Amino acid sequence: MDQFAVKVFIRLRPSVLDPAGEATKSASIKLGAEGIKSLRIGKMIEVKIEGNGENEVREKIDLLCDRLFANTVIEDYEYSLEKL
Amino acid sequence: MDNFTVGIVVFPGSNCDRDVSWALEGCLDIRTKYLWHESSDLSDVDAIVLPGGFSYGDYLRCGAIARFSPLINALNDFVKSGKRVLGICNGFQILTESGFLPGALVSNKNLNFICDDVELEIVSSTGGWFNTGNEKRTIKLPIAHGEGRYHCDSDTLKKLVDNELIALKYKNNPNGSSFDIAGITNKQGNVLGLMPHPERACDQVIGGTDGLFTLKSLVSQ
Repeated sequence: MDQFAVKVFIRLRPSVLDPAGEATKSASIKLGAEGIKSLRIGKMIEVKIEGNGENEVREKIDLLCDRLFANTVIEDYEYSLEKL
Repeated sequence: MDNFTVGIVVFPGSNCDRDVSWALEGCLDIRTKYLWHESSDLSDVDAIVLPGGFSYGDYLRCGAIARFSPLINALNDFVKSGKRVLGICNGFQILTESGFLPGALVSNKNLNFICDDVELEIVSSTGGWFNTGNEKRTIKLPIAHGEGRYHCDSDTLKKLVDNELIALKYKNNPNGSSFDIAGITNKQGNVLGLMPHPERACDQVIGGTDGLFTLKSLVSQ
């Protein structure tokens, strides 16, 4: 069995308004940060997972992302995978 | 109809289950039964309400974890059999997360948790959940949510409009919902999800009775 560290990034789809991102952008500007064109907030999920090789682990992570971690009606996901 | 029983699903974090029971039993004399989310035996209930609250603490996304409970798995056959399912607030979020209804519910546009009475327009008669029999097509119900902004893509919106599946629209959209949507049904009409709380508008003493018709219609087939 190989063990992998996976980082899953979940983002609101570009068409979905992100009011929390807008509020944070507004606060960033009040802090004095200049030049912020857009700011959107997502989620990152870290998973340690075992499996027989990278392909099998990718299948598991794809299922988790598609069915649980992200709601693909409103969110996109991508992930990076590192063999431990 | 004497033995007609409405199952009220209780998740960890549900908090409107007792309100729904009070409205059905106390105001409408309809028998109810609490269903723990780990149960998958729906054989002795004739309709189901998914009540409001914060199932599983709204972790990950509202309704996302509840979707994997044994009861929600069993709901598939229940819905296919044509029996009626009503999802209120968090119940609506669970119905969209689990794919019984299209779209999703996301953070209110203004980020506020909105607790207010709102005017709603009855749009469609699909499923017979609202009183379309008289000229008054407006009702007033309370809302209480932080994530009630209905979102769907334009194809889904077109399907909702073309098939008359938009049940309720906000008169003064409080949360930024697409197309002012407050509640939708499935194509068959036996599943309704809505953000407003009909169970909190069933007695004049607490401000109105516009929710009675929807709860009563759990029984009408």
